[in-house]
Amino acid sequence: MSKSMSIDAAAMQAGKRVAAPALAFPVAVGERELRLDLFRGLALWLIFIDHLPTSLLTWFTIRNYGFSDATEIFIFISGYTGAFVYARAMADRGVIIASARIFKRVWQIYAAHILLFTAYLAEISYVATRFENPLYAEEMNVLDFFKQPDVTIIQALLLKFRPVNMDVLPLYIVLMAFLPLILLLMRRKPDFTLLLSVGLYIATWEFDLTLPAYPDGYWYFNPFAWQLLFVFGAWCALGGAVRMSRLMSSKITLGVAAVYLFFSFCVTLTWYIPKLDFLMPLWLEGIIYPIDKTDLDILRFAHFLALAVLTVYFVPRGSPFLQSKWLRPMIVCGQNSLEIFCIGVFLAFAGHFIMAEYNGGAWMHFFITVAGIFIMWATAWTITWYKGVVEKSGSKQSSANADLVGGGP
Amino acid sequence: MRNNLGSERQTAARAMPAALVLAALSLLFTPARAEDPAKPACEMPSDMLATEMVLPKAADEVKSSHRLDVTVVGSGSSTLAGPDGASAAYPARLEYYLGQKLSGITVHIATDLHMRQSAEDVAQGFGKLVKDGKPSLVIWQTGTVDALRSIDPDDFRGALGEGIAALKEAGADVVLMNPQYNPRMETVLSVNTYLDNIRVAAQEKDVPLFDRFSLMRQWSDAGDFDFSVTTRSLTQARSVHDCLGRALADFVVAAAHLGPEQPQDSSKDSNKDSNKDSNKDPNKDQK
Repeated sequence: MSKSMSIDAAAMQAGKRVAAPALAFPVAVGERELRLDLFRGLALWLIFIDHLPTSLLTWFTIRNYGFSDATEIFIFISGYTGAFVYARAMADRGVIIASARIFKRVWQIYAAHILLFTAYLAEISYVATRFENPLYAEEMNVLDFFKQPDVTIIQALLLKFRPVNMDVLPLYIVLMAFLPLILLLMRRKPDFTLLLSVGLYIATWEFDLTLPAYPDGYWYFNPFAWQLLFVFGAWCALGGAVRMSRLMSSKITLGVAAVYLFFSFCVTLTWYIPKLDFLMPLWLEGIIYPIDKTDLDILRFAHFLALAVLTVYFVPRGSPFLQSKWLRPMIVCGQNSLEIFCIGVFLAFAGHFIMAEYNGGAWMHFFITVAGIFIMWATAWTITWYKGVVEKSGSKQSSANADLVGGGP
Repeated sequence: MRNNLGSERQTAARAMPAALVLAALSLLFTPARAEDPAKPACEMPSDMLATEMVLPKAADEVKSSHRLDVTVVGSGSSTLAGPDGASAAYPARLEYYLGQKLSGITVHIATDLHMRQSAEDVAQGFGKLVKDGKPSLVIWQTGTVDALRSIDPDDFRGALGEGIAALKEAGADVVLMNPQYNPRMETVLSVNTYLDNIRVAAQEKDVPLFDRFSLMRQWSDAGDFDFSVTTRSLTQARSVHDCLGRALADFVVAAAHLGPEQPQDSSKDSNKDSNKDSNKDPNKDQK
């Protein structure tokens, strides 16, 4: 136990030492935390699969085996890498420059969101004209919101209109927009910042804090609650993980995590096999249901923690397994997360469209999923390749390099 | 972690060809649809028309007074357009098939349709509905309007729970019915969220769920119907409603244990072949 802790600590020390040179050669591969890239890449694939209609491959996504799903992984790692990159930028170049860079990033995510919204508009306009069938007289009203395009489009620009599958980016935008503030506090008082975050999370549950959505309801991912994962990720990146490493690798923690994962798996099983429902004691149902995704139910958060504890234990930093070429596709996807996330949402639109227009059954479904993942990989590979080329040709211009550092999370 | 900021701009440019490639490849996989407009038959998968829930009040009414009064509460998808639309829609077909199955029983189906009203709005009138019409069974078709209007899923489930409780308290059994299947629907609406909430509400309140969505999807998968056609003709719509009425009749007879033979065997007349994954739960996030 203590061995793995010291390895982690040593690695972190090494990371700190190389921090300065890393700024000069930001894409140097050696000291990348490949685990973050790997699992973010995995999360992106899983989010893509979950956005497609249910199929055989859907059964490989983690939400079927426990309370949490890929969104938790994505938000946590985004908090982690965001803090890691921009805290260093704050230290090196000052709060203002680093914040400006974060806001530039926020703007990019916002632009990506609007781009996806446009794709959605195209899709829904197409679909609505194809509802021409007396059987679907009622469903044709799906275009009702076009009757007030002024309202709808403005609501979309305000991030309040939430088309299907487009819930994660608005959350990401809001969280990133608050990253400068989070980092400012976190660099001085990390534990206090985490405590504030927990406080906000509790207040969310206590006072029902929400963000309204259009035309009805609330944000699907409530930022007041989901910030906890993001801030927790940032806290881990800025030293929390090192301080927790003894706790994380203790036999008791591992045992508790394993038991909790098993418990969660059993509960999930009763959702899919209703015949097992009688095994669920009523009092337990009363306690745990509903498991609220909107407000990041504590059971989901705990499930993510348990997954993380076991993952960190079984896939230690620098594990040779991470160098396997079979994992490269996932890792490069994780290294270009915003692009790949957007392409994933876009491909999900396209996949839905193809499946609806050409009813090809399970094989078609399988093919679309695999093709989508392949496109995500190919795109990520191209971006990484292009970045390498740009970096080689422009490595002497330090201003360009500064941007390279900031582009990651 | 450390990307080129400029590369995001390429996202748009790259995603389009990606979709085109996908679309082009998909053409290779386009199968010929088994479309035979003259074929009225649709599969009646027994596992989807069986339920463990019971309808004691409906069963009582049949036994004690040889009557069965049902009210279908629904929205636009519970009727059809045209002068004789209502008589071709599934409530009327249900009346016909129930009458056939239950010889010697007077079956009466009333409809109470609320176009463009959310579950919460519809549920307001439930007390009065049961008091006035005295149905022993209310079939509540719901979810479509709420999905179209993106009603908050929690509010929707709350409205379902309250509505079911009100109906039961007023003295009627309840069957929930979910939205229609449409292959294009999922592309623009998060239908799954509403399907899940209906399922959970039915489970929580111990009422049977007539899974219209899965049933229609199965008919689509089996090639009985092609729901992606664009048409003005009512032929397919009538045929679908006839099938739905027949399936619903099977379902009610099974749930109320009104079958001619052993109560447990009431779905015996249904087809044996059943789709394996049609009952699978698409998404239980809301549970």
